Amino acid sequence: MSVSAATDPMLPRRYRVRKTWKELADVSTMELEALEGQSMAFQPGQFNMLYAFGVGEVAISISGDPAEEGKLVHTIRDVGAVSGALASVSDGDMIGVRGPFGSAWPVAEQTGRHIVFVAGGLGLAPLRPAIYHVLNNRDQYAGLTVVYGSRSPHDLLYAEEVRGWKSRFDTEIEVTVDHAEPGWTGQVGVVTVPLDRALAGNNGAEVSAFVCGPEIMMRFSVMSLKAAGVSEDKIWISMERNMKCAIGFCGHCQFGGDFICRDGPVFRHDHVAKLINRKEV
Amino acid sequence: MEIHSVGEILAAHPVFRDFDEDTLDLLAGCARNEHFHADQTIYSEGDEASKVFLIREGDVAVEISAPNHNPLVVETLRAGDVLGWSWMVPPYQHMSGARALNDVRAISLDAVCMRDKNEDNPELGYQMFKHFVPHMATRFRALRLQLLDVYGTRRG
Repeated sequence: MSVSAATDPMLPRRYRVRKTWKELADVSTMELEALEGQSMAFQPGQFNMLYAFGVGEVAISISGDPAEEGKLVHTIRDVGAVSGALASVSDGDMIGVRGPFGSAWPVAEQTGRHIVFVAGGLGLAPLRPAIYHVLNNRDQYAGLTVVYGSRSPHDLLYAEEVRGWKSRFDTEIEVTVDHAEPGWTGQVGVVTVPLDRALAGNNGAEVSAFVCGPEIMMRFSVMSLKAAGVSEDKIWISMERNMKCAIGFCGHCQFGGDFICRDGPVFRHDHVAKLINRKEV
Repeated sequence: MEIHSVGEILAAHPVFRDFDEDTLDLLAGCARNEHFHADQTIYSEGDEASKVFLIREGDVAVEISAPNHNPLVVETLRAGDVLGWSWMVPPYQHMSGARALNDVRAISLDAVCMRDKNEDNPELGYQMFKHFVPHMATRFRALRLQLLDVYGTRRG
């Protein structure tokens, strides 16, 4: 079966870098605009395959506001040749984009509930579109708690924006770092510490939780959520594996019976609970 | 301003809220109110662990220092937390330092007084350990996760 260029999921579309800026020493954010056709619509938690021409392609979560049409935002950490090339693009450069791919945070289906986001490190980027959705529709939710942990104060992503969320009266925002030098007046300790505190004042049965970060951090966070009475079918996590084709053909991102690119990256925790605790997988 | 007795303050603390009134009265004899200003050192590494603190207000940084290294804040504690475990474990010396990050109000319990009461009254000793150990376990779990230094690379 032939597939037209317009709908071929393997064919990148050209996007112009409208602007780019440094978030951290090794992390940049870029705002993209489509060079032809309409900009893509996406759901919180989905990802794109970004193509640095002549270098290669890599899966990057969409980190912008899904309600803002015509603006596609990605935050990228420089960890290799492709991500390094993408993290160092300049305003006006052109890159290729395929997507959006993958499952989404089902945050829109959790109205009336207390939403708890738990982010670790760069895991805040894939969660940010879902946080925007709740902030934009705050009156539809019983509560909003964001618990964000990072390695040090120098590694806090979107620090100014998070301070803005914290200044609202209808949010509970907890930020912690693993360690700090004297002078830092915020919290120090792993993310489960403020998470336990935040959950202590809430009824776990009313909580829907969305967790994104390193797998070990997600495992500990899920333990805290379950101990606080949050039902496993109300916990979602985002998995990460080496994604290549992004449409479930190549098998690089196979995780048990699933492909992370096609069936994930967002999974309800009970769907992957047996596998996530196995070090061989 | 409402005035509370030390016994009432102890009864409201998470560690002691399940203790009966007689036991709280007994422990209140070892307790006193404390106040620390912002940036004041509460104790230093190696100091005799003569007190355990129950934080009522404010934030405390737990610090570790090493020669030729800047002090490292490894943990912050806030209202409801217990500061200092070394009073329970020989040689009763603090294994880290503690500094007030802002104005801190706490109840301190005299370590010798507490140990003597626990020795004299094993039932009290058991209750003390039963209620302190879960807090220690939570903190150890957090420290293990901290040791893993998990925030490495992550898809953006």
